[in-house]
Amino acid sequence: MSDFFTKTDLSRKDAENIISETLNNCDDGELYLENSKSESIVLDDDKIKSSSYSSDLGYGLRAVTGEVVAYSHSNEISRNSLKQSANNLSSTLKSQKGIYNHEIPKTNEKLYKDINPIDEKSLESKLELLKKVNSYTRAKGGIVQQVTASFAGEYKSIEIIRSGGEVLTDVRPLIRFNVSVMLEKNGKKETGVYGIGGRQSYDEYLKDDNWKNVCDEAFRIASVNLDSKPAPAGEMKVVLGSGWPAILIHEAIGHGLEGDFNRKKTSAFHNLMGQRVASEGVTIIDDGTLHNRRGSLTIDDEGTPTEKTVLIENGILKNFMQDRLNARLMNTRSTGSGRRESYKHVVLPRMRNTMMMNGKYSQEEMIKSVDKGIFAVSFGGGQVDITSGKFVFNCTEAYEIINGKIGSPIKGATLIGDGPSILKEVSLVGNNMMLDPGIGTCGKAGQGVPVGVAQPSILIDKMTVGGTQL
Amino acid sequence: MVKDQEYLKKKASFCIDLAKKLGATESSAAVMHSISETVNYRNKKLDESDRSDSLAISLTTYIGKKKSSITSSNLNDDNIETLIERCIETTKITPEDEYNSLPDKELLADKINDLNLYDDDHIENDEKIEYLKEAEEAALQKKEIINTETGFTESKSNFILANSNGFINGYKSSSFSASCVAVAKDANDKMERDYEFTSTCHLQDMIRPQQIGSVAAKKTIQKLNPKKIESEKISIIFDRRISKGILGVLANAISASSIARGTSFLKGKIDEEIFSSSINIYDKPDIVKGLGSRYFDSEGVKTEELKLVDCGVLKHYLVDTYNGKKLNLKSNGRSGGTSNLFFEKGSVSYRELLKLNKRVLYITETIGHGSNLVTGDYSVGANGFMIEDGIFKYPVSEITIAGNFKDIFKNITLADDLEFKYSTNAPTILIEGMVVAGK
Repeated sequence: MSDFFTKTDLSRKDAENIISETLNNCDDGELYLENSKSESIVLDDDKIKSSSYSSDLGYGLRAVTGEVVAYSHSNEISRNSLKQSANNLSSTLKSQKGIYNHEIPKTNEKLYKDINPIDEKSLESKLELLKKVNSYTRAKGGIVQQVTASFAGEYKSIEIIRSGGEVLTDVRPLIRFNVSVMLEKNGKKETGVYGIGGRQSYDEYLKDDNWKNVCDEAFRIASVNLDSKPAPAGEMKVVLGSGWPAILIHEAIGHGLEGDFNRKKTSAFHNLMGQRVASEGVTIIDDGTLHNRRGSLTIDDEGTPTEKTVLIENGILKNFMQDRLNARLMNTRSTGSGRRESYKHVVLPRMRNTMMMNGKYSQEEMIKSVDKGIFAVSFGGGQVDITSGKFVFNCTEAYEIINGKIGSPIKGATLIGDGPSILKEVSLVGNNMMLDPGIGTCGKAGQGVPVGVAQPSILIDKMTVGGTQL
Repeated sequence: MVKDQEYLKKKASFCIDLAKKLGATESSAAVMHSISETVNYRNKKLDESDRSDSLAISLTTYIGKKKSSITSSNLNDDNIETLIERCIETTKITPEDEYNSLPDKELLADKINDLNLYDDDHIENDEKIEYLKEAEEAALQKKEIINTETGFTESKSNFILANSNGFINGYKSSSFSASCVAVAKDANDKMERDYEFTSTCHLQDMIRPQQIGSVAAKKTIQKLNPKKIESEKISIIFDRRISKGILGVLANAISASSIARGTSFLKGKIDEEIFSSSINIYDKPDIVKGLGSRYFDSEGVKTEELKLVDCGVLKHYLVDTYNGKKLNLKSNGRSGGTSNLFFEKGSVSYRELLKLNKRVLYITETIGHGSNLVTGDYSVGANGFMIEDGIFKYPVSEITIAGNFKDIFKNITLADDLEFKYSTNAPTILIEGMVVAGK
């Protein structure tokens, strides 16, 4: 844990006084302090391309009254700086009056260890491993043209001080290991990318030569794509594989169920609470409590313990994801979904680990039932227009399905659909639910936060595939 | 107030001197400070105020051909000292890379002609609110508009870049921007959203709020009641919001880093015709008040105007020091990318462009990240309008457009309506023969 009040003229007592004075007439707010360290080591083109280390320190002071949020942040933790922030907040909220809500739930459970993953593994051993990754992957044959491998580690220590002096703290480790491979055969080039990570030390993910699986998987995806043919264009049946393809759920449904868009009535879901938004058998939750997962948090960035929130139960819309502000304005409670990228950012309701639960069908049954369609196994990024509900995501590994059998691999194509109606097109839900490997970052309003997804295989009856073959 | 040059220079010199003392053979440092203030307004009520005060330092140390770097927002001398020690230790054990080096001395920027990139004007939050009120009122005059969100950001920044070869320079810049997002609802409760914005170096150059609001409303209402169309091969027009994206793809594909790594579909295409012969593309860093203007690149190398594509022929890659050495090319001051990148305007008017095909799909928005720079393959979600005989017939949504950039580049026709609204700018573009996937 960090002590934010050494090496500054600002004492904890001073800070508490400024916070209580500023937030006295507000509904909510806090001082959020953050000390983070991060490292990035990249091997590329047979060389260590970069080794960098970053140390960040700062605070964000927030006051909330009614619907208005006033925020001020700085990396100078000092008496003067905090006072200036306090003045800035007070001038914004001068005509507003609120009653401070002191109630905040508590937790004793910790979902990850208080470690600094950067210092737990020596730089020498990380450099050594990257070299091994490079030679192992290149040894797969002359078609390997380029290998990029990287480690990213982060240690983030936060402290939240609320009006009245209540203090909440969390220490959050996070690592990621990534391999990207480019192959060339007969003048055709294709890339494959794979990675793993979560909130534990590097060695938890790399032990037993686990890193070889990451190289193998990146190589396999690129190899498949070398043999790919142009993708079809038009509406057809789509079978999604288990695990990472659940970013479809994240884009199509998840964002539209975040509290802010629904309070503001700009989400296509805002008037559908209690109604059927998915086929029977479809249950979707957003769970911040899975141990050591990338999207998990012991407490969110407002200090609320995270929970397992049921969003859709057997096809019926049950809950939105809430931070404290939107929960208060919508007369409900926070689901522990208030998150921010760093002290430089305001809190927004965000996803954690978004998961579709198991059904009863096997993946084979789904594929067998399709005359003409595609089987999508892995994806790159996705995006959604919250208001119209239209979303896309890009296949990085997909195959055609002809007469119930998996056929040739097809080139990366974009899939497009309509969020509020897509889950009604889900006709079969698989029994093979899987978590993603721990590599997702979600972007919203310019803020990136680590998230997870999970799902079993699913069959979607109708979706538009954006290929080039009519 | 943003920190002055003296303060930033002192911090940068402290780093360079200390790195040398601790054993670095070469080093470079950047110190940046920015203050920005944002006010967001929603449905004619204050929604959020945000003040950001951000100071950061970055340092790269070299020991011979070994290199490592650190960044920090904690500028206490003690902390910086600890970090520099860490950086030097890391540098020592990082393997050598023969291409690591500071830029060649003779390429460093020496003289600076004022491009007027800083406006000292300050606009108080209350005045920002007045602006936003007017924008929202203009948008809400249309009865279909049910929700408006507006925001106004003023930001001022200053930086210093220094290296152990004696380069030490930096400058202030300012930015004023405002936007209006409108949501409209149709008779079936289906919603659409669109926006308009203005972003300038100088306060007085901002577009008036009424115009921002009414354009946002108009664009949003136009999108109501969209249709999904059949899959077909059809010519496409990219609105200026989208057309600049083609230049973004080009810039990524001709960056020396993509070329040196062999991961670009444009590798080895210098002096080859990659666009149709009427196309000229410039990157011009010295436009007065230009949104992408700069005096030197992120390594201190002077930047000059480049004609990247001349009559369809690719003439330059975008070269930084490291990748330049790898490719045996001199840096052309493009570390950190392009500056003001644009197509020279075409010869047909916007109206004429709409009529060149009997039916044409006019795209105003794409979603997703479907550009593959290795293969040139392109597939993204899109929405826009169907145009018949030059007339906007109906909005179209939930479709995808796909093709390959090698073909797209050779099949474009430019309108003459180039304007400088972003740092990368293109006129309206017609692309023949793209595949649209719909029903």
